[in-house]
Amino acid sequence: MVANIQLTEEKFQELEAFINSLPTTKGELIRVLHKAQNIFGYLPAEVQKFVAKKLDVPTAKVFGVVTFYSYFTMVPKGENDIAICLGTACYVRGAEKILDAIKKEINIGVGETTPDGKFSITSLRCVGACGLAPVILVGEKVYGRITPDMVKGIIDNYR
Amino acid sequence: MANYTMHMLVCSGTGCKSAESDLITANLEKYVAEANMTDEVQVLKTGCFGFCEKGPVVKILPDNTFYVQVTPDDAEEIVNEHIIKGRKVERLLFVDPKTEKMVSDSKKMDFYKKQLRIALRNCGLIDPDNIDEYIARDGYHALGMALTEMTPQDVIKVVKDSGLRGRGGGGFPTGLKWEIASKNDADQKYVVCNADEGDPGAFMDRSILEGDPHSVVEAMAICGYSMGATIGKVYIRAEYPLAIKRLEKAIEDAREYGLLGKDIMGTGFDFDIELTFGAGAFVCGEETALIHSMEGERGEPTTKPPFPAESGYWGKPTNVNNVETFANVPVILLKGADWFSSIGSEKSKGTKVFALAGKINNVGLIEVPMGTTLREVIYDIGGGIKDGKKFKAVQTGGPSGGCLTVDDLDTPIDYENLIAKGSMMGSGGMIVMDEDDCMPAVAKFYLEFTEEESCGKCTPCRVGTKRLSELLELITDGKGKMEHLDELKRLSRVIKDTALCGLGQTAPNPVLSTMEAFWDEYIAHIKDGRCPAGQCTNLLQYIISEAKCVGCTACVRVCPTNAITGTVKKPHVIDQAKCIKCGACYDKCKFEAISKQ
Repeated sequence: MVANIQLTEEKFQELEAFINSLPTTKGELIRVLHKAQNIFGYLPAEVQKFVAKKLDVPTAKVFGVVTFYSYFTMVPKGENDIAICLGTACYVRGAEKILDAIKKEINIGVGETTPDGKFSITSLRCVGACGLAPVILVGEKVYGRITPDMVKGIIDNYR
Repeated sequence: MANYTMHMLVCSGTGCKSAESDLITANLEKYVAEANMTDEVQVLKTGCFGFCEKGPVVKILPDNTFYVQVTPDDAEEIVNEHIIKGRKVERLLFVDPKTEKMVSDSKKMDFYKKQLRIALRNCGLIDPDNIDEYIARDGYHALGMALTEMTPQDVIKVVKDSGLRGRGGGGFPTGLKWEIASKNDADQKYVVCNADEGDPGAFMDRSILEGDPHSVVEAMAICGYSMGATIGKVYIRAEYPLAIKRLEKAIEDAREYGLLGKDIMGTGFDFDIELTFGAGAFVCGEETALIHSMEGERGEPTTKPPFPAESGYWGKPTNVNNVETFANVPVILLKGADWFSSIGSEKSKGTKVFALAGKINNVGLIEVPMGTTLREVIYDIGGGIKDGKKFKAVQTGGPSGGCLTVDDLDTPIDYENLIAKGSMMGSGGMIVMDEDDCMPAVAKFYLEFTEEESCGKCTPCRVGTKRLSELLELITDGKGKMEHLDELKRLSRVIKDTALCGLGQTAPNPVLSTMEAFWDEYIAHIKDGRCPAGQCTNLLQYIISEAKCVGCTACVRVCPTNAITGTVKKPHVIDQAKCIKCGACYDKCKFEAISKQ
């Protein structure tokens, strides 16, 4: 969400309250980062520094964890995140062609966000809806058995 | 109290939910209410039926009528016809593609006939959010029995005798694992459930958690009792919101019923479960990596020994089992070790759940006795290859596994046989491929995956997987040389021998097994500059057939590089030097005049 991108004071306060509510911060870095990404929508350097300070761990360690896991992102997602499943079942049913069509349609690559903040593309490994392969998700909505021709129509719904 | 005579079960697994099954449920409830039958007909959301290909699925009990590909608009007709008038809605029945006859009873469908559902026993039958339904299916009976009638050693003996082995891939005997953890004394021990299903194309753990979460909760408590642990942790992917929700509800309800928490069933045994969220890293399926991730660190594996059973979560004895392994445990205790070990093959007991996907008619989740042949799975249960194409290979074990071919169709599937064939059981993904799939490209797909998912700790895996995927890239790009094949083999062996953990040690399997079975394809890419499956873009040529081309100029207009020339109503020609092989002309041509070669 575009509105979420601002790193407002209230958001830092919300995160601080969450950290303070934990019985112990030992071993809770990933849990805190989940919460932080939930609040801010992404994990920019400022947020990582804040977490490091609160948990009393080096910022480098926080950065190491953020970059290790694919769920954490340092780039804000678009208003509509288009997630494409690149699991094997979708791959053999032509997911790569779908991805190419999406990239072409909104002119960005995987892990990027359009300049107007409207769309972003994320790649996923198996949504577990292999019966509908190939599958894409726009936000929470699942589109199954899609062909490259259908991509434009789906994206137009969100423009 | 309502005395239901009929139940309408609506699949609300992820696949069917994606196809509006929630709206179907709401509509069914609406029309049942309009007919004033809410006391007689119950509409239930259940877990996955497994037959994802034909989802969303609605099953009606007691007559087992199985409606497929139901839409929310069909709800009115189902209620009016089936429930009120007692007539089946024939257009929604499954049609057997072989006999072209309608089959209404799910028990008579080929897809279900050869299956034996143990781990999935309650999926698609009970409401996963309702603990009473689980209890009505003998739920928590096994826990009660263990706590009141058995010693921890008795429990371990039953699990050992049953022959149950880890369903997450490795196949380590579960009872033995429990025994080792039970023998290590400590002030605190942990039971961990690995629900970080990362194999792309496998979704059985998710379906079990979504369809029958209590079976895992119960089994974890049983495991805790047997090894002397009071805390259970489920490490689950944050990408599985529905599974998380159902599991949280199950844990909460179990606590309320006194089946988790302090002094369970008045026996003095304490056990509780909490969730820890993963954040998307395939390597976290490896138990030491998983434990580091639970401690809030990067999920990098460490050398074993020490095994988690000696020194695991925060250095305490920890037992890690996969979701499907746990789901088998309560039934084993109830029905006995002899019953379980009578199913399956000599060294692999019980059943295995497979996620059948790819170029197959019946995509879905199936559970078969170990030792079932690939032919039975693909042709009887799976209904054969999609669009009448030719079967080429089936990939098992995900990125750690390999390909089985036509020659392996009659091989009984069990741990040993798959390893002997250069593949492995893995978590149970089974991706079927047909004649259009290029095997070097498939190997490249998997290596790109492991390259990305390698944690980077050890050099053979970090650098080796990258080099393997570069070599495969050269081959699929048509720049391969014969010496690259030797290099692929040599490097694969080095990685297998020297990588730190299972991820690296098995990463070369897709390369080695495709080279073994499809050597000709590799040669064709290198020597003839040709991709037999017609998948590798750089090795393709689009050619216009002079006989079929009517000269409509449609292809000329879509070609982005002006590579097509020709006058109206005369056959056109593609300039191969200019062609970028985008395939736009191929898709545009209405006369099938353009072919890929």
